Formats: sequence, structure tokens, C-alpha cells
Amino acid sequence: MSGVEIPYVSSPRPDTGLVNAKLGIWLFLASEVMLFGGLFSAYVLLRVGADVWPEGSTILNVPLATLNTVVLISSSITMVLAWASLVRLDFNKYRLYNYGTLLCGAIFLVIKYIEYSSKFHHGLYPSESTFMAIYFTLTGLHGIHVIGGMLVLSYLCWPGSKMWKTEPIRFTGRVEVAGLFWHLVDLVWIFLFPVLYLM
Amino acid sequence: MGKVEGHDLEELNSHVRTCIAIFVGLLALTMITVSVSYLDLPVPAAISLALCIALVKGSMVVSIFMHLVSEKEIIFWSLSLTVIFFIFLMAIPVITQEDIIKQTIEVRH
Repeated sequence: MSGVEIPYVSSPRPDTGLVNAKLGIWLFLASEVMLFGGLFSAYVLLRVGADVWPEGSTILNVPLATLNTVVLISSSITMVLAWASLVRLDFNKYRLYNYGTLLCGAIFLVIKYIEYSSKFHHGLYPSESTFMAIYFTLTGLHGIHVIGGMLVLSYLCWPGSKMWKTEPIRFTGRVEVAGLFWHLVDLVWIFLFPVLYLM
Repeated sequence: MGKVEGHDLEELNSHVRTCIAIFVGLLALTMITVSVSYLDLPVPAAISLALCIALVKGSMVVSIFMHLVSEKEIIFWSLSLTVIFFIFLMAIPVITQEDIIKQTIEVRH
């Protein structure tokens, strides 16, 4: 049985001007915006409805969170450089920058682990207060997205990179859409950081 | 230097330079956000300022890193729907604040 070739994986569709993956990832990102939007809305609702709301900086570790912001922003630039290296047909540099992005993701998770451990050590669990519940929900969901992004980037760095030899345009497209997801993870943190830690 | 089909190298180099400038800008804005939080401003002013800076940073990421500025029209239409629903989501807490019992009911025994 001969396989049916999926159209528009490398060349753009004439009607949309986009390859399938590009349109697909933007629709997925739109759904992600609504997912986090619902939780941000819940945060506002809980905050305005509470008699007392703690200042984030009195409970949470601002220097560690600032470091995490710098780490995630750095991972975004390495992601851009990884994609640009592929466009320049420099696979080795792509891999190098991808390692950089993965390293930043790992550092982010280690710092988050340190933060969570410190909270648990002081008996601050999600059940402690409404603030802690929404803090763990928002940062936990974001952390899961970081792990998901790292899994995709790892796949594209090792087993998935075989495609570079046979279909370089398609592989470059895959890295580009993975990058779009990674930038969304950065974008969400840009809002989480001031909302939870500084207000 | 070669390139993957469908990309202009000069345009790519210019995009990378812009991204590096945006990266530096994001780092600077992060430091400003943290510094402002230590100024002991009134809560409404502090929240407004922090959210404004976050909005600027978010716009920089979406427009340049995610190159939305050069995307096709269909993506703008899809995202404009998302923006409308997102604004509605953010309006729910405000609407909830208005949802209070305004009339007293006289109970007769």
C-alpha cells in the first residue's frame, strides 16, 4: 500500500499563504492564551473578592524570580538564533543554540524547584491560602508548559533532527513552530512575574 | 553562505539584529519592573505601572520574536477573535463586582 502524501507541509497553501504547521500552531497558541486567560481572570476575581491579599514580595522570592525571568528571556534569543542557523544551513550552530535553550529551560525548572521546596519547607502549601493556591496553579501550569517545550526541543535536537538530511525546509518549519510555542511560554511568564511576585 | 529556500539572507540578518536589540530591551525592562516595585508607590499606581511594562514586553515578544508583524492576514483574524474573548474573560471579574443585590425584600409574617 502506498502512503498518501500530506500536502502543504513544506510549501504554503495558495489560499492562506501558510504551511499547515504555521496555521496549526497559531490556533493552538490562541487556545493557550484562553487557558491562561481563564486563570488570570480567576486571579483577578479572587483578589478583588478577598478582604486581605498579601503582597507577593513578602511571601515569594523576588531575586530568584527575577533570575528566572532573565533565564527565560535568554532562552528566547537562543531559540531565535537556533532557527536562524538552520535558515543559514548551519546545522551545528543550530544544535549549539538548541542546547542553550534546553539549558535555560533546565535552569528555570531547577530554580522553580528551589522556590517550591522553600515554600513546602515553611509549610506553605496550596491549601494554606487563596494566594498560595493560585500561585501554585499558575506557576505549576506554566512549569508543565516549560517541560512540554523542552521535550519537543529535545526531540528536534536528537531523534527528530534526522529530517534535516532529507527535508530541510520541513525541518526548519518544525523548529520555527516549536520556537513559537517556546516564545509563548516566555510571554506567559512576563505577565506571571509582576502579577504574582511584585503586586 | 547558503540558505534554506524561501528566505532572504539579508532580511534574516536584519531580523536577528532586531531580536538581539529586543533581548537587551527586555532585560532592561525587567530590571525597571523590579526597581519600580521597591519604590513604595500606592497599590493602584504600582499595579498599573507593572502591567504597562509587562504589556510593552509582551508586545515586543509577540511582534518581533514571534514575528507577528510580518505574518499573514489569516493569523491576525484568528488572533483578533482571541483578543476579543480574552478581553471578555478579563471583564468577568468587573461584571461580577456589579452583580450585587440592590433591592431589599420585605418579608411579611
